[in-house]
Amino acid sequence: MIKRIVVGAHYGLKDWIAQRATAAIMMIYSLLMTVVLLIVRPSTFEAWQGVFANGVIKFLTFLFCVSLFYHVWIGVRDIWMDYVKATGLRLTLHVLTVTALVGYTAWAAAILWRL
Amino acid sequence: MSKRTVQFSIYRYDPDKDEAPYMQDISVDIEPTDRKLLDALTKLKAKDDTLSYRRSCREGVCGSDAMNINGKNALACLTDIDDLKQPIVLRPLPGLPVIRDLIVDMTQFFKQYHSIKPYLINNDPPPERERLQSPEEREELNGLYECILCACCSTACPSFWWNPDKFVGPAGLLAAYRFLADTRDQATSERLDNLEDPYRLFRCHTIMNCVDVCPKGLNPTKAIGKIKDMMVGRAV
Repeated sequence: MIKRIVVGAHYGLKDWIAQRATAAIMMIYSLLMTVVLLIVRPSTFEAWQGVFANGVIKFLTFLFCVSLFYHVWIGVRDIWMDYVKATGLRLTLHVLTVTALVGYTAWAAAILWRL
Repeated sequence: MSKRTVQFSIYRYDPDKDEAPYMQDISVDIEPTDRKLLDALTKLKAKDDTLSYRRSCREGVCGSDAMNINGKNALACLTDIDDLKQPIVLRPLPGLPVIRDLIVDMTQFFKQYHSIKPYLINNDPPPERERLQSPEEREELNGLYECILCACCSTACPSFWWNPDKFVGPAGLLAAYRFLADTRDQATSERLDNLEDPYRLFRCHTIMNCVDVCPKGLNPTKAIGKIKDMMVGRAV
């Protein structure tokens, strides 16, 4: 069978925008948390727990984690697309990456709301 | 200035004779009037006529003599010998199959260029004289139409090295934007559809090697950014 190279999947723009948007969210969160931690200056475990017990901080931290994992998905997928040529193997790696990242998201939620 | 000697280390490969490519150390005497690398190569060719490279206009217009000079893609005819550290290491453009010595097979490069339909698409009957543009509209084409397709940029691009069969590459994308930016072209949406693909356009990770090496001083990264802007403008 002749193997023809087919391109034209008609996606990519949303991911490109998402990668930039998630980067912006992560940067804003990092700046915000730096300010919060400089004000609160938690020195004990209880104080750290207190910072993350705040509902808004919890929500923002979860938003940060989701942004990070989505950002990672696009980046890691790009690496698979660049270096892994066999379609079957690439698809397997994509599925494994998504599974791990969805797992991490649930894990992040579990950690945050267990506090 | 008197005669000078220039030292070279040149990539040699003749598939009919050589089992593997090798680097040849060779020197050549040049005249005071020999200022560009191509002048020295011409002298070298007279000394050893088995050395193969492409050349034509010898003034940076045809784009034939693109090669990897001391690790950086450039045109031999525009590169001053005095600016180069010796021995001057010459290799073929990276990432493309070598036909012989410094000559590469550019089929893949031109395949990508043709895939963006590098011509004006306008289905209206041609007017009696010409399709007019305002000076501002014409201004947008500056920095785009000057590309000579020497392939210095695309063969300096890691994304093109990994996926030359799928990624259009900086030269092709610069040409794509040249027609997207042309107010006389009527296929804007089809052109954007053609490029909206994780491989064809979005393999560009703004590494900017293309901008670094372009012998005409063009900026493919900026053009690629403008294509993305057009896509965002269309979708959002």
